[in-house]
Amino acid sequence: MKVEQISVFLENRPGGLEHVTRVLADADINIRALSLADTSDFGILRLIVNDIDLAEKVLQGEGLTIKRSHVVAVEIPDRSGGMNSISKVLTENNINVEYAYAFVEKSGENAIIIFRFDDIDAGIVVLLENGFTVLPGEKIYRL
Amino acid sequence: MIFNEEFETLPREALEALQLKRLQQVAGRVYHTVGFYKRAFDEAGVTPDDIRTLDDVRRLPFTTKQDLRDNYPFGLFAVPMSNIVRLHASSGTTGKPTVVGYTQRDIETWSRLMARSLVAAGLTKNDIIHNAYGYGLFTGGLGVHYGAERLGASVIPMSGGSTKKQIMILQDFGPTAICCTPSYALYLAERGEGMGVDMRSLSLRVGIFGAESWSEKMRQEIEDRLGITALDIYGLSEIMGPGVAMECAGGRNGLHVFEDHFIVETINPETGENVPYGEEGELVFTSLTKDAFPLIRYRTRDISRLMKEPCRCGRTHARMARISGRSDDMLIVRGVNVFPSQIESVLLEIEGLEPHYELIVDREGSLDTLEIRVEMSGDVFSDEIKNLQKIEQRITKDIKDYLGVTAKVKLVGSQTLKRFEGKAQRVIDKRKI
Repeated sequence: MKVEQISVFLENRPGGLEHVTRVLADADINIRALSLADTSDFGILRLIVNDIDLAEKVLQGEGLTIKRSHVVAVEIPDRSGGMNSISKVLTENNINVEYAYAFVEKSGENAIIIFRFDDIDAGIVVLLENGFTVLPGEKIYRL
Repeated sequence: MIFNEEFETLPREALEALQLKRLQQVAGRVYHTVGFYKRAFDEAGVTPDDIRTLDDVRRLPFTTKQDLRDNYPFGLFAVPMSNIVRLHASSGTTGKPTVVGYTQRDIETWSRLMARSLVAAGLTKNDIIHNAYGYGLFTGGLGVHYGAERLGASVIPMSGGSTKKQIMILQDFGPTAICCTPSYALYLAERGEGMGVDMRSLSLRVGIFGAESWSEKMRQEIEDRLGITALDIYGLSEIMGPGVAMECAGGRNGLHVFEDHFIVETINPETGENVPYGEEGELVFTSLTKDAFPLIRYRTRDISRLMKEPCRCGRTHARMARISGRSDDMLIVRGVNVFPSQIESVLLEIEGLEPHYELIVDREGSLDTLEIRVEMSGDVFSDEIKNLQKIEQRITKDIKDYLGVTAKVKLVGSQTLKRFEGKAQRVIDKRKI
């Protein structure tokens, strides 16, 4: 029930992001979702792609500092209150969110939220027990 | 004014005769009391009896900072611990400092030499001295303090930091002289001006600045902004502390080395050969009168040149020019000695960091800044910002703990810093001094 994400370290300078996206484009890798976190010194580009093994190989080949990690994808109806229904359950069960990012699924009916929890397994259990749709990785990679 | 007119104005011939007598005594004493020197003299094939002229000092072996480290902490002391009344230390590599000790008589000598320095700057017992050198293991604070008391002046033991409070005291206590690092003097000027204080109208008239290298341009700026006469003082804990040499207000051209207590030489740092007077070389000191921690031909790594011409102030002691550089890779950041190798050993203690780093020293306003760029491996990289910030904070804290300097730490990706085939150039010094 986990989704694999690849993160890339970016120093804060022009061309850093372009370097990563160019390498991915040249390898014909499709980015499904991304988030760019930044501080005054550096950024972390988090990506979910259609072929993570290939992405890892080409990014590593460029000498970039990368890391594979697991996140959770939750599908909810794209309407007001949708996100809050998740936050509420997470709060009640003491699940801490390290970060999250979201996108709207192609049909436009559903939104998909990517979560990183402090305890990822506990987070999945809580979501499932409360009737949320947790998407398997395969589904996200093939979106 | 001269504090000790008799000794500070001795005719050269008499001065050199005194130096020879004291050199023979100290050489004999270290040979018989300090195991390290017995071995070093024997290896060099020289005995204390071989010293017949002052030039024979050149036959004696050098002492290096490494020798001090090898004998950490008290191995080079020439008296039993029961006779030691004070310990000081300066930073060294791998977190181990260089330790020095003083007997009661050493403290008295140091106080008198520091008092000489204050008088050379034009101070008397009627002055109020704001002492903003750090008090503690560093020799600056207590060295100046004892000298000021020996002179009979009023000393304000401010130590470093608390800049706003320092400015308040400068206004309210009306000190006539200030002792600190030159960069801190400029920082005080800046902060004071920022607080709306007219720093030129304070009671200050003299500043005695040392512990880091500075330039004539910086001197002018300090003098303009604080409305004072700025003078250079030299010292290092291994030899004594502040007061080894002092620029006189009368000459303002080089620092008088108190030669009745020290022999100063300049050598070629590559070959160890002495260079002629007037030529640049590494300063080498022999302490002639220290009881607890006498050093023979200590290599300071500071580059200067010596002048023997008479000075218009009347002192006969040779002068050394302002320090123009270092013969090793040591950096002085805000008065603190920093070796790149120390930073490297701190970084290597932290798992997941690569031994690839760059040090960028700069000056913001008037304060030195140190930035450390360090590569991290893929193992330590995280998709969570807080984890990376934790590593940065850990490095900052370790550097502060071991070296006593505050550095800005910047993580960079692996394989992004320049690689070197020969000697690595890891230091980028952007300071214009």
